[in-house]
Amino acid sequence: MAQFTLPKNSKYTEGKTWPKPAGAANLQEFRIYRWNPDDGANPRIDTYYVDRDDCGPMVLDALLWIKNNVDSTLVFRRSCREGICGSCAMNIMGGNTLACTLGIDDCAAGSIKIYPLPHMPVLKDLVPDLTSFFAQHASIEPWLQTETAEPETEWRQTPEERSKLDGLYECILCACCTTSCPSYWWNGDRFLGPAALLQAYRWLIDSRDENTGERLNNLHDPFRLYRCHTIMNCANTCPKGLNPAKAIAEVKKMMIARVV
Amino acid sequence: MAEAKMAPRPLSPHLQVYKWSWTMAMSVAHRITGIALYGGIALFAIWLVALASGPSAFDAMQWFFGSPIGYLILFGYTWILMHHMLGGVRHLVWDFGHGMEPAQRINMARFTLVGSIALTLAIWVVAFIAF
Repeated sequence: MAQFTLPKNSKYTEGKTWPKPAGAANLQEFRIYRWNPDDGANPRIDTYYVDRDDCGPMVLDALLWIKNNVDSTLVFRRSCREGICGSCAMNIMGGNTLACTLGIDDCAAGSIKIYPLPHMPVLKDLVPDLTSFFAQHASIEPWLQTETAEPETEWRQTPEERSKLDGLYECILCACCTTSCPSYWWNGDRFLGPAALLQAYRWLIDSRDENTGERLNNLHDPFRLYRCHTIMNCANTCPKGLNPAKAIAEVKKMMIARVV
Repeated sequence: MAEAKMAPRPLSPHLQVYKWSWTMAMSVAHRITGIALYGGIALFAIWLVALASGPSAFDAMQWFFGSPIGYLILFGYTWILMHHMLGGVRHLVWDFGHGMEPAQRINMARFTLVGSIALTLAIWVVAFIAF
């Protein structure tokens, strides 16, 4: 049964307001989720002020500015700062996206609110535990599986066959879509979620892969695939502009096509 | 050596902070109207039982459905039925993989609300004119 409220230890309270930078003319307020496993307290929302004249344009720049200038204990994941590693995925202004590709100006808010990816166990501050997310990705066996003898050169594809992978191969596994999905919130232990299912479709539709039947068998389950109820939060939130909901619909169509 | 003590991990906020979208709101509305339809079918069953029980039972039922509260319930039931029907059609179209592009999916979700209100009003206007 879905639990719509947060457990007792997860309810967050008002936190600390950090001092405004001295002499700054152009301030932006940030309200950021904090949780420290060492102090035993509930999560809290801290308020920070960023000097826009001294800070880069993206939300990630602001987080780094806070960490460098205000509060070095603020914890978040980041790496490439150009939307290809997927590390800095978080919930900003109510939607899941990458902090590095979202402009502070695009938030257009007096106070920018930042939380970890929704409905995940929190390791610290903005860092969620993605163990189960990656295990679900592994469960769809995301590699080429073939029966026929290996060709002397590469496995070949026509341009048309290759184009079927467009809109799928670009996925960076940032988990924005999966953690935006209410179905995943309520049944994340059994439903694979949009990211893993988009990846599943990426191998199902690959002309070189010869294990389509077995892949479909693995998904033929009331939870793994069919907990998708086309709520579309995944497609609405994907920072790469992909459409996991459509990929899942195509998988469901393949399920029907093989029995009729 | 003592084991390092780890606090139980909190669950990050979800419904509390997630921004509502048209598709999400209409999906929730589809669930709620689907549940409410059980109540509507119960009303219909009560009406049928009254019909089978004879004139006095039917008169009582007829009086109730003809009262302002009865009208309000029937009007609400009409909207719930229309909303759930259009929602069902929307999900069916999506299950065929159509209408899933960004503008399409938002417009289809909006249409569920607008269309259900329009259909409900149309049904009641026709009913008032005809009966």
